[in-house]
Amino acid sequence: MAHTSQFCTFYLDKLLFGVELKGVQEVIRSLEMTKVPLAPAVVSGLINLRGQIVTAVDLRRRLELESRPAGMLAMNVVVRSEDGAVSLLVDEIGDVVEVEETTFEPAPETLRGSIRTMILGVHKLNDRLMHVLDIEKACQMTEVPETVAASP
Amino acid sequence: MSDSDSDIVQDFLVESYENLDRLDRELVGLEKNPQDRDALASVFRTIHTIKGTCGFLGFNKLEKVAHVGESLLTRLRDGQLTLNPELTTALLGMVDAVRQMLGSIEASGGEGERDDTKLIATLTRLQQPPDVPARSVARTTPSGASEVACPAPRLGDILIQQAGVAPSEISRAIELQKNGDPRHLGEILVEQGAARPADVVDALRIQQLSRGPGGASDSTIRVDVGLLDKVMNLVGELVLARNQLLQISNTVEDTGLQAVSQRMNLIATELQEAVMRTRMQPIGNIWAQFPRTVRDVALGCGKEVGIEMEGKETELDKTIIEAIKDPLTHLVRNSVDHGIELPEDRVKAGKDRSGRLILRAFHEGGQVNIEISDDGAGLNGERIRKKAVERALITAEQAARMSEREIFNLIFLPGFSTAEKVSNVSGRGVGMDVVKTNVEKIGGTVDVQSTLGRGTTVRVKIPLTLAIIPALVITCGGDRYAIPRVSLLELVRLEADEVGKGIELVHGVPVYRLRGRLLPLVYLSRELKLAADVRPATEKDGAVNIVVLQADGRQFGLVVDQINDTEEIVVKPLRKQLKTVKTFAGSSIMGDGKVALILDVLGLAQRASVVTETRDRALTEKATESAATAGEKQVFLLFAGPGDSRMAIPLSTLARLEEFPVAQVEMSGSQWVTQYRGQILPLIRLNVVLEECRNKLPTLQAPPAPDSGPIQVLVLNHDGRSFGLVVERILDIVEDRADVRSAATRAAVLYSVVIGDRVTELLDIPAILRSADMRTARPGPLTRSAAVAN
Repeated sequence: MAHTSQFCTFYLDKLLFGVELKGVQEVIRSLEMTKVPLAPAVVSGLINLRGQIVTAVDLRRRLELESRPAGMLAMNVVVRSEDGAVSLLVDEIGDVVEVEETTFEPAPETLRGSIRTMILGVHKLNDRLMHVLDIEKACQMTEVPETVAASP
Repeated sequence: MSDSDSDIVQDFLVESYENLDRLDRELVGLEKNPQDRDALASVFRTIHTIKGTCGFLGFNKLEKVAHVGESLLTRLRDGQLTLNPELTTALLGMVDAVRQMLGSIEASGGEGERDDTKLIATLTRLQQPPDVPARSVARTTPSGASEVACPAPRLGDILIQQAGVAPSEISRAIELQKNGDPRHLGEILVEQGAARPADVVDALRIQQLSRGPGGASDSTIRVDVGLLDKVMNLVGELVLARNQLLQISNTVEDTGLQAVSQRMNLIATELQEAVMRTRMQPIGNIWAQFPRTVRDVALGCGKEVGIEMEGKETELDKTIIEAIKDPLTHLVRNSVDHGIELPEDRVKAGKDRSGRLILRAFHEGGQVNIEISDDGAGLNGERIRKKAVERALITAEQAARMSEREIFNLIFLPGFSTAEKVSNVSGRGVGMDVVKTNVEKIGGTVDVQSTLGRGTTVRVKIPLTLAIIPALVITCGGDRYAIPRVSLLELVRLEADEVGKGIELVHGVPVYRLRGRLLPLVYLSRELKLAADVRPATEKDGAVNIVVLQADGRQFGLVVDQINDTEEIVVKPLRKQLKTVKTFAGSSIMGDGKVALILDVLGLAQRASVVTETRDRALTEKATESAATAGEKQVFLLFAGPGDSRMAIPLSTLARLEEFPVAQVEMSGSQWVTQYRGQILPLIRLNVVLEECRNKLPTLQAPPAPDSGPIQVLVLNHDGRSFGLVVERILDIVEDRADVRSAATRAAVLYSVVIGDRVTELLDIPAILRSADMRTARPGPLTRSAAVAN
C-alpha cells in the first residue's frame, strides 16, 4: 500500500500550497500585529500567541508574489520550525488533504526565482497542483536586512 | 546505540560534570587540610562512581585514567601517602583529562583520539612505594558497597529487588570475584548478560543515594529550563488575564465576582513571584570553581593565595549568573596575577606570605554587588597616568586634571595593561575592557578602588534579573516601544513655543542645550525609518518629547512622539530571524496583550553614530566636560545659612530635602543625630561647623530647644556616607554659570560666587565633613558604626 501523508493547504494569490500537517501547530485568524522597523521586508511583525511572541512572515512577499490587496485580512498558519514557532501569513485556508507518495513530483527545472528553493515539489491532485512548501526554507531570513547595507 | 543507552550516557554526562566540579573543589580544599578523612572519602567516592559507570558504558580510556587516579587516592585514603601540591596537580590533571573526554563524548559520542600515557605514568609513579602494584591496591574492595564505613545496601541486593536479577546470578558473580576475577560485580553481570547496563547504573545510583550524607536529593528535582521558561510565559499571560478580569469586575456590581477576582489577583501575584524565584541561583554556583582557578594561577606565578567568600548564597537570575561568570573569572585571575605580590615581596612589605583574595556578594537597593578584593600591591596611580598618556589614550593635560578614582578606572579602557610583562594569564591588553563591556551589557557597572600597597577592590553592580526590567514605554509612529530604565537619565518636554529656540542646528544636525551642554538629538521615527512624515513630533502638535539616554558614557536625546508610562516588563528574546536588527534588545507583551519592542539603546546610538566604535571619544568628552563645568551652567540649591547668609551647594551632591520635627533629634555624644530610613543620620549644624572652623575647637552642643520649629535638613551623600546638613531655610534651585567668583572669606566655604545676581557662598562639603569628623574622631562610615554601637 502506498504511503500517504496529510497536508494542510492554503491559498496564496490563487495558487494552492500545502505544508505537512504534523509541522503545523495551529491555524488562527488575523491577530493584531506589531511592526518591526528595520527588519527584513518579509517579516510582517510580531504577534502575541498566548504569551509566546511569534514572528509573522508574509509568504506572499517571501515567495515574491504580488502584495496582498488592501483590505484582505491574512490568516496565520503557525508552523513549528527549528527556531520555534513562526506564523506564515496566507490568503485563505483550504482543506486538509491526504495524498499518496505516488502523486508527488519535483518542481520542473524551468521554475526559477526564490520560489524554487522554497518548494519541495508538487502533488498532483485531481483537479489541480498543490505546491509543497519547505517550512525551514520559508522561515529562514537569509536576506540581508536593508539597514545594514544602507547605513553610512 | 539504543535510545535508552544514549539516555544513560546523557545522565552520566550531567552527573559526571557535577561530580568533576565537586572534585576540583574538594581537592583544592584537601590540599590545605590533607588530614580531612571525610573529604578524602568523598573524593574517593566521586571518582569511583565515575570509573564504575565508564566501565559499564564501555568508555575504556576514560576508565583507565579514572582507574589510576582512584588507585592513587586509595593510597592516600589508607594513609600510605599524604597529599602534597605535586599529587594535587596530578589529580587535578586527571580531573581535566576526564572532563575533556566527557566533552568529546558529548560532542561526538566517542572518547576522542587522545594519549594519556604520560598522565597515567605520572599518576602511577606517584603511588610510592612502587613495590606494591597499583592494580591489587585498587581491587582490595570487590564491590563499591564496602568502601564506605556507613552501612549501605549492597549492589547485589538492589539489583535483585529493583531489576529482578536472579539471586543465583549474583552469587555466581561474587564467586568469580572471590576466585580472583578483578572485575566489578556490575561488570561481570553485564558481560554475562545477567543484567542490563541501565539497571546497574540505576542500582549504583540508588546505592549512592542511600549512602549520601544528606537528603538534599529528596527535596530537589531537576527541571528543564525550557519548561521553566514556559511556566514563566504562562504566568505572564495569567497576569494579563487577571488584569482584564479586574477591569471587568470593577464595572459589574457583583460582590461574588469581585471577591473571586480579588483572590485571583493575590494568587497570580504570588505565583509570579514564586516562578521568578525558580530562576534564581546562588552565586556560589559559579564561585565554586574559583578556588581551583586561584590555585592554578597562583601556582603558575609562584604566589601563595588564600581565597575567602562571603555571601555565597546571594541569589541571581540564571541568565545573569551565566553572563557574569566570565568577567568574574577574569577579575579573579587578574587579582592573583597582578594584584597579589610574590611571597618574598609581601614579607618585605611586612605582610603575610600568603595573599588574601576576598569575594563578597550582597544585595543592595535592588541590585547585586559583587566585590573582588585583594590585599596586594594596589594600583599605582602615577604609573597608570603615565601609561595612559604614553599609549595616547588620554592627553597629558587631561591626565593632570583627573581624580585618582578616574585614573584607576582608566584600566577599563581598551588597549590598557599595566602588567610589566605579559603572562599567559593576563597582561595582553585585552581583558578589563571586555569585563566592563560584558558587565555593561547586562545593565551593570564596574568600579575599582585601590590603595597603593594595601590592595585593590573591584566592585561589580548588576541587576537582579534580566527577565523583568523596569522600562519607559513610549510611542513612535503609532507603535509602542520600551526603553530599559538603566539607560534613562531624564525626560525633557519642549512646548511648542520653546521648540524654535530650544533646538538648534550644528551644521544641519539638531542639538538641544541641556543645562548648557549640547545634547545631540536623535529622531526615533527617522532612525527606525517609520513611514510617518519626517518630522512628526515637531510640526504636528508642536511640543517635542526628548528622552535623555546614556549609552557607553555618551548622552543623547531621543525624540519620540509620546511618552506613555513606566512599567515593569517581562523581557522575551527576539527570534533568530530578527537577531540581525541591532536596534532592538527584545520584545515584551504589554498590558493590553499587544507586543512591544524593547529598544537597544547602545545599538540605537551606534546606528545614529552617537557612539563610535572606540571609547576614547567618550573619554575626551568627559574630560573636557569636567574642565568646562567652571564656565558652564550648573544647578545649585540655594539656602539660607546661619545669620541669613546666602549659601549654595551643587544640586548634584544633594540626595534629598527633609524636614524633621525637633522631637526626632536625638543626641549621640555631643552630636545631633536622627533616625532616618533605618540608619542613624548625623546632623551637622552649619552654624556650629562654621564656628568650629574659625576657632579650631570643638564646641559643646546642647540638644535643640524642644519648642523650636521643625528643622530643615539637606541629606547629602559624600564618599558613600550620608549626613544631614541643618540649614535655616531652603530658598530655591537655580541654574547659573557661576563664573564670577572670589576667594572664600572663611573656612568650609569653597569660594563666593554670583548666583542669580547675588553673592552666594559655595560650601566645601569635604571640609565640613572633616571638621565634623574632628569632633567625633570617628573616620569611616559614620552611619554604620553608630548603628552597631546602638
